[in-house]
Amino acid sequence: MTGSSGAGARRRPQRHLPLQIFLGFLVVYFLVPFWWVIVNSSKDAPGLFGGGNTLWFAEQVDYFGNLERLFTYDGGIYGRWILNSTLYALAGGIGATILAVMAGYGFAKYRFAGRRFGFSILLGALMVPATALVIPTFMMFSGLGLTNTIWAVILPSLLNPFGVYLMHVYARDAVPDEILDAARVDGAGEMRTFLTVAFPLMRPAVVTVLLLSAVASWNNYFLPLAMLSDNRLFPVTVGLGLWQGIASANNSGSTSLWSLIILGALVSVIPLIIAFFTLQRHWRGGLSVGGLR
Amino acid sequence: MTLLTKESAASTQEKAHKVRSKVRLREHLMGWLFVGPFGIVFLALLIAPLAYAFYLSLWQKKLIGGISFVFLGNYVKAFTDPTFLSGAWFVIRFSLAAIPLQIIVALAMALILDAVTTLFTRFSRLMIFLPYAIPTVIGAVMWGFLYSKSFGPLSDIFGLFGATAPDFFSSDLIFYGLINVVTWQWAGYYMIILYAALQGIDPALYEAARMDGAGKWQIALRIKIPLIAPALLLILVFSLIGTLQFFNEPQILRYLAAGTISPGFTPNMYAYQQAFGLANFTYGSAISFALGGIVFVCVYAFLFFTRKRRSFF
Repeated sequence: MTGSSGAGARRRPQRHLPLQIFLGFLVVYFLVPFWWVIVNSSKDAPGLFGGGNTLWFAEQVDYFGNLERLFTYDGGIYGRWILNSTLYALAGGIGATILAVMAGYGFAKYRFAGRRFGFSILLGALMVPATALVIPTFMMFSGLGLTNTIWAVILPSLLNPFGVYLMHVYARDAVPDEILDAARVDGAGEMRTFLTVAFPLMRPAVVTVLLLSAVASWNNYFLPLAMLSDNRLFPVTVGLGLWQGIASANNSGSTSLWSLIILGALVSVIPLIIAFFTLQRHWRGGLSVGGLR
Repeated sequence: MTLLTKESAASTQEKAHKVRSKVRLREHLMGWLFVGPFGIVFLALLIAPLAYAFYLSLWQKKLIGGISFVFLGNYVKAFTDPTFLSGAWFVIRFSLAAIPLQIIVALAMALILDAVTTLFTRFSRLMIFLPYAIPTVIGAVMWGFLYSKSFGPLSDIFGLFGATAPDFFSSDLIFYGLINVVTWQWAGYYMIILYAALQGIDPALYEAARMDGAGKWQIALRIKIPLIAPALLLILVFSLIGTLQFFNEPQILRYLAAGTISPGFTPNMYAYQQAFGLANFTYGSAISFALGGIVFVCVYAFLFFTRKRRSFF
């Protein structure tokens, strides 16, 4: 349907139909895996392997039965994994954000000795592959008796150099020095100035950093995989990886596990999708900061 | 009289100096107070592990005779180890193919979404971004299902046209299978960053260009893309760092693609296998460090290249 070059060929009201159709195809591509998981988590093992339509529901839709099986399998271990992931994401996310906001503000608003040096080290650290740290951190933690505890996952998540960088850029541009000086002249201490004057101005970036850190903790796989051996401490990513390994290893014996994995994958993505959609207004403003400069 | 004023002037100057140095000291102190907590975490969880990894990597664990100091011996071993080299070559090849694809897809989507605003495009923006909210492990699990012969839809879809479905777990196609997974996972995120950058451009520039007779394509190519170049550069660098550390997706799909994805498929997987599978922490650390070196070289080469190029234009 390319536009003919006749009179009135400009189709303003159609709003670039070819582009929108192209976009439609892309949306389908991005949604296919979700659709597959939504459809197939309603099936039991025979429905899954019975060779029915893989992109449509089986005759019997059995979400509740599957949900019950998912949350009771192996003593309800899946529920524990979700709670663990939530704990790691919240503790790591909030902790990393507090550290990043303070450090970013400090770098942006105080001229202290070692500031330039510290900041250039920070920029260099942005390039350090996070996974290169896992093995030595494991060795250090094992010396301290910290491996296979929740701290082994939470403590390394507190480190977010990119968050500091983002906060620095944002604090530099969004918090004018004049306002801070005015607060100081009015007799507010440095901490009060930070909390009551600067912090509210930095809020969009704070939400962005919080969300990015929490997502990074929630998504983390390599670190908990290396650190934890007790499966009751696993986050949901490592747990589902474990199930996937078991199910693939003995393909015939554990067909019921596959339907649990599929539903488990679906349930595990719901909290983050909700978090992203409800906080959309906040993080979109913050994201452009990192990109523009 | 003159003496007195001189004296008082000197004392006020001294006082001012004292006050100023007090203020300076306060500023130093407050600066460190704010940066300090992060600094401690940074030292304890980044600098210390890096130093320790480097120290570890200088030792070698032998079957007989325990641990001995070998200086750079592990690095010589790594850079002559065919498994490490093929893994490193794989992630470099993979980066060269996957990153441009992701960026082009993301850029195309961002430009469309920036140019056309309807209810549908707003909905699309969210849906395209959705995979970013999915842990990479879960994303790999999902695509593993779709690629699977036993319950994936590929055989049905290709069956409709009377063709046999491609097996993305075969050694020929696993490269493309993985490229598809990472593109699906990250393109939406990059699109959001580029879109945010595009929205930050002053629309008056488009008006001016239109007056000069520029078409939509020219505006996109000559104005929009150059203006969001910093955002593009940032995305490229971060995706390069991330892709060279490729671990989660192949590690998860390894179970399904048994035989195709070996334990040493990427350098990170190899380091993991050495350290946690074979308890060879010294060689594992050396591989991690060698990978870190490769990342550094690639990023600097890239930054150098782009800077050079920009000065040419």
